[in-house]
Amino acid sequence: MPFSTLSKIKDRLDAGATTAVAVAKTYLDRIAAFNGDLNAFVDIDPAHVLEQAEASDAYRTKHGARALEGLPIAIKDIFCTQDGPTRCCSHILKDFHAPYDAHVITKLKEAGAVLVGKTNMDEFAMGSSTETSAFGPCHNPWDIERIPGGSSGGSASAVAAALVPAALGTDTGGSIRQPASVCGITGLKPTYGRVSRRGIIAFASSLDQAGPMTRTVKDAAMIAAAMSGHDSMDSTSVPDAPAVDWLGACDKTGMKGLRIGKPKEYFVDGMDTGVRAAIDAALAECEALGAEIVDISLPHTDAAVAAYYVIAPSEASANLSRYDAVRFGHRCDNPDDLLDMYTRSRDEGFGKEVKRRILTGTFALSSGYYDAYYIKAQQVRTLIRQDFINAFAQVDVIATPTSPITAFKLGEKTADPLTMYLSDIFTIALNLAGLPGLSQPCGFVDGLPVGLQWIAPAWREDVILGAASAYEAATDWVKAPINFGGEA
Amino acid sequence: MSWETVIGLEVHVQVNTKSKQFCGCSTEFGAEPNTQTCPVCLGMPGQLPVLNIEAARKTVLTGLAINADINLISKFDRKNYFYPDLPKGYQITQFPLPIVEHGYLDIPVNDGEKRIGVTRIHMEEDAGKSMHEGLDGVSHIDLNRSGVPLMEIVSEPDMANADEAIAYLKQLHQLVCFLDVSGANMEKGQFRCDANVSVRRSGEPLGTRTEMKNMNSFRFIKQAIEYEVNRQIEIIENGGAVVQESRLWDSVKNESRSMRSKEEAHDYRYFPEPDLPPLRFTQDEVDAIRAGMPELPGQLRKRFETEFGLSPYDADVLTQTRESAAWYESLAAAHPADPKRCANWMINELLGRLNEAGKELAESPVSSQRLAGLLERVGDHTISGKAAKDVLDIMMESDDDADTIIETKGLKQVSDTGAIDAIIVDVMAANPGQVEGYRGGKDKLLGFFVGQVMKASRGKANPGMVNQRLKALLKG
Repeated sequence: MPFSTLSKIKDRLDAGATTAVAVAKTYLDRIAAFNGDLNAFVDIDPAHVLEQAEASDAYRTKHGARALEGLPIAIKDIFCTQDGPTRCCSHILKDFHAPYDAHVITKLKEAGAVLVGKTNMDEFAMGSSTETSAFGPCHNPWDIERIPGGSSGGSASAVAAALVPAALGTDTGGSIRQPASVCGITGLKPTYGRVSRRGIIAFASSLDQAGPMTRTVKDAAMIAAAMSGHDSMDSTSVPDAPAVDWLGACDKTGMKGLRIGKPKEYFVDGMDTGVRAAIDAALAECEALGAEIVDISLPHTDAAVAAYYVIAPSEASANLSRYDAVRFGHRCDNPDDLLDMYTRSRDEGFGKEVKRRILTGTFALSSGYYDAYYIKAQQVRTLIRQDFINAFAQVDVIATPTSPITAFKLGEKTADPLTMYLSDIFTIALNLAGLPGLSQPCGFVDGLPVGLQWIAPAWREDVILGAASAYEAATDWVKAPINFGGEA
Repeated sequence: MSWETVIGLEVHVQVNTKSKQFCGCSTEFGAEPNTQTCPVCLGMPGQLPVLNIEAARKTVLTGLAINADINLISKFDRKNYFYPDLPKGYQITQFPLPIVEHGYLDIPVNDGEKRIGVTRIHMEEDAGKSMHEGLDGVSHIDLNRSGVPLMEIVSEPDMANADEAIAYLKQLHQLVCFLDVSGANMEKGQFRCDANVSVRRSGEPLGTRTEMKNMNSFRFIKQAIEYEVNRQIEIIENGGAVVQESRLWDSVKNESRSMRSKEEAHDYRYFPEPDLPPLRFTQDEVDAIRAGMPELPGQLRKRFETEFGLSPYDADVLTQTRESAAWYESLAAAHPADPKRCANWMINELLGRLNEAGKELAESPVSSQRLAGLLERVGDHTISGKAAKDVLDIMMESDDDADTIIETKGLKQVSDTGAIDAIIVDVMAANPGQVEGYRGGKDKLLGFFVGQVMKASRGKANPGMVNQRLKALLKG
């Protein structure tokens, strides 16, 4: 069972073939057995998981099943939960317990889900490898010498290793899709404004969006359906967002007559030739399924990473100011005065990458530099948004590699932040444009998964789900056996 | 060479909404520290602001009242600085695109009016309050005020002395009270002022300015500006240069001291607030707000002069506050026969007595209806004006209406010709010599007879009638 999809577990629960408690125990056993190798979970309270499962079974008996009744879902450590700590994998929040649930956590609870622990991540979601976590790096189950991607690496690793059938992640510049890609699972980043950000610890407010990380497209759709919806307490949550028939969109017929844009800027010299071959093969498969491949151009793609690394750190530099040791969070011992308390607490509490981003953002916003960096980056953002609008006049959806490379080795890029930043080169642009995106498995290079990324116009997650479900049904990649933790 | 002073003012006005600018917490003043807080105004992780649209509407109303442009799209920004009473480490404010721009206020000056430009009004949130005094070196923070809505009203540097600055501030204070957009209680910090002051010799370009921070009393502001002007002139006359800096007024020592210089000034790193979409109003919404605008002090003053025939002085006194104008209007409506009498009695008698008792108009024990009842009796000569003042004294202490008091105290004026004639006849009989004298041409003796008749009637005879009947009967 552990490698089952969420949908199959749901079917078995609905058929009375198993119970939420039995399902929870299966996964708790696997977490107990394998989390030591992966470090995918940074907090797990088995007793509390079982309590939720028992409550779910009782609810089912009494009232019938809700949309996610009894289904175990792991939570990235960035989501505030009343139960257990919420630390964003940072020392600065090492003792923090949120007195509230994030809006999406409330929604998952209302849908009957069993929330399983907190997963590892890059500190404050800043990273592409889950190596900047204050709780140590997370490992990729396809090769535990390698990174699981980031920043939602713990969620990706846990789902790939079947420590849990599904997990929540957040995506600011690729933090759902890139780890999904390198861990061989499916990850969906919804349209900005589709899912409430309230109670999700902010990294870059204009880019952050939460989404599901699952084995299959339909599993992602199931969770997305439960997560999304307007929240009057998040002003960027869109009140009249066009609705999506999440499950209906996964009818596997989405490929017929679909015009798929292939942006030349995403197929560049220097990318891994194996990755390129896998994507080319995937597009050929799509064509065989009835899609039309259209060569397109997104001319400002090369400026996306630069613009992102101005905008995201700028917003982060302000968002992280609240960690000032005054009301909560780490405070240094015996501060001499206020300034000493601020500087020493923050110096001790934040890791190197977080400090780098705070400094970058503070610099970019400083008087005298603001126009050259922040304003210029916003102009680039407008151009990138326009690129996509122009492209979607020609095509229904865009397909690209999710990442130019497969999972690299732990420590391989930590010394060189710029190379690390380039691993997000294909995922960042759609965050800047606020568009939905999905990564799904589409092959292997040297035994390491490759991800295919789908990008659709705003609010058209249905187009993505239609194409991705058709591709998934026509291929076997999601069923590829993993050489980790027992039978697939 | 004479010196010129240039003053610009930034006024922080607390908008009187029930809940805070970006969360649902109460804005009530004086609660136990940190009892009016929530995860949003405490700056807890993941919490997001949601605009209180009522605060925005009141800011628009204020903008309309100063003849300003309303920006149908305005934007919020983050102003970044660290301070323990600023929970998020940034203040949500409006920087390049405020909700209100380009207005003005006409203020009274010696020789008429002067127009003071208002550059902008923007919305922002207040910080909490740090307390350092008497806590043995420990600081406490009260975040009840964190997130309370403010509008910052920024003037052009159009004021030339402290008196003009005070006139502007009083005008503005009166305006926000009339609009009911602020409690504007200065002691509670609901109306605070920063003053930018510089001096120059006539005809020279602007001098270096200093900023006097956070003053909340007209008296202190005047003192602070005058002190600063003298300080700057002295520096320059001694060959020095004014340093651009922020200064704090010490109202105990009557002097200002430097807070921070330009070099130490914060770089606030303003940038657009990504948690809030642009604030949009339609022209229809702005027009609806304009339609709900109450009469402003200037308009009221003019109407009181024309509609009620009041003197400019009386009209000005009665329109000082919205409450007093409304009180007067209700009095005049209940005693429509003589609006001037209403004004005289309200200003000279009622407000005087309230002032003595240390009471506000709102606390007046005599309602406008009860006072009107008294003025009716003055008008129809039931009692004399003198007696009416005694009645009002009694009304201040009791709930009885004028008629009851007049009745029980027997203050009713005698206006009956027969009764008055009878008294006159008695008085004439008792003073034959004076009658003789009057009839012989000593007209001045009329006053003697009036006094005698009034005395005999124990003050209740109608003086006008006494006069008239005496003249008739004394003729013989």
